[in-house]
Amino acid sequence: MARMKFLCDAERCIECNGCVTACKQEHDVPWGVNRRRVVTINDGVPGERSISVACMHCSDAPCMAVCPVDCFYKTEDGVVLHDKDLCIGCGYCFYACPFGAPQFPQAGAFGLRGKMDKCTFCAGGPEKDRSEEEFRKYGRNRLSEGKLPACAEMCSTKALLGGDGDVVADIYRERVLKRGKGAEVWGWGTAYGLPGGGQKPAATGAKS
Amino acid sequence: MSRLKLVVACMALFGLSACGESDQVLTYKQGKYQGKTDTRAYENEPLAYGDAKWTKGDRASWESQIRTRNQAQNEYRRAP
Repeated sequence: MARMKFLCDAERCIECNGCVTACKQEHDVPWGVNRRRVVTINDGVPGERSISVACMHCSDAPCMAVCPVDCFYKTEDGVVLHDKDLCIGCGYCFYACPFGAPQFPQAGAFGLRGKMDKCTFCAGGPEKDRSEEEFRKYGRNRLSEGKLPACAEMCSTKALLGGDGDVVADIYRERVLKRGKGAEVWGWGTAYGLPGGGQKPAATGAKS
Repeated sequence: MSRLKLVVACMALFGLSACGESDQVLTYKQGKYQGKTDTRAYENEPLAYGDAKWTKGDRASWESQIRTRNQAQNEYRRAP
């Protein structure tokens, strides 16, 4: 099996925030923490584009590289997860992440940071699958239920695709061929590596 | 005078005791995940309700279930 990936189609995203709401509701995410959010570029002017951003579960995840307590791990399916019992809330992962995925709840007065929270690709964490403790710390484990991330499954325009990278790419390829435009996939080069084994393609002005 | 010196020395020692740096991680291993082990998604039983079907412990059948479910995101397959 290929690895799990997210893909956001900027041609289709209508900034409805359905993905954000689905994520919040599914995992009972606390106030102030946004595992997923919608970013709009050129808001209000012609050519405006929106994209849904969360942890992309990178192939070579920088958060894993910088964590001083090594609380991150990667599943067989390429999902980047972490152990909240080890996290010390230092925030290094936030500085390293190109997508701004790691979130920190306020854990006390004077802006004290709590343990890092981020998108789990609806795969929970190291606690016992589908247990109350896993839900409390990491949210619901939909992969263990044979389901896919709630944000992608709830997306009304199917701008956000999530699941097996090969299947997701096939769906997107078919879509691009039918509409004949919008082949650029935002963030894929950054998260999953550039095509051609890391060789940087010639600058075309297109998105990465 | 000697008593004053002693008091000052004790205060200095007491003050310096806060400068000690203790490890926050008990067993630090560079570049290795140190948390709890996680079970794989396919090692769980499918839910009693719902349409997700796979054999517990069989990765191939779980992957097949995921790929089938993934096609629900393909509107060209959903609506002919």
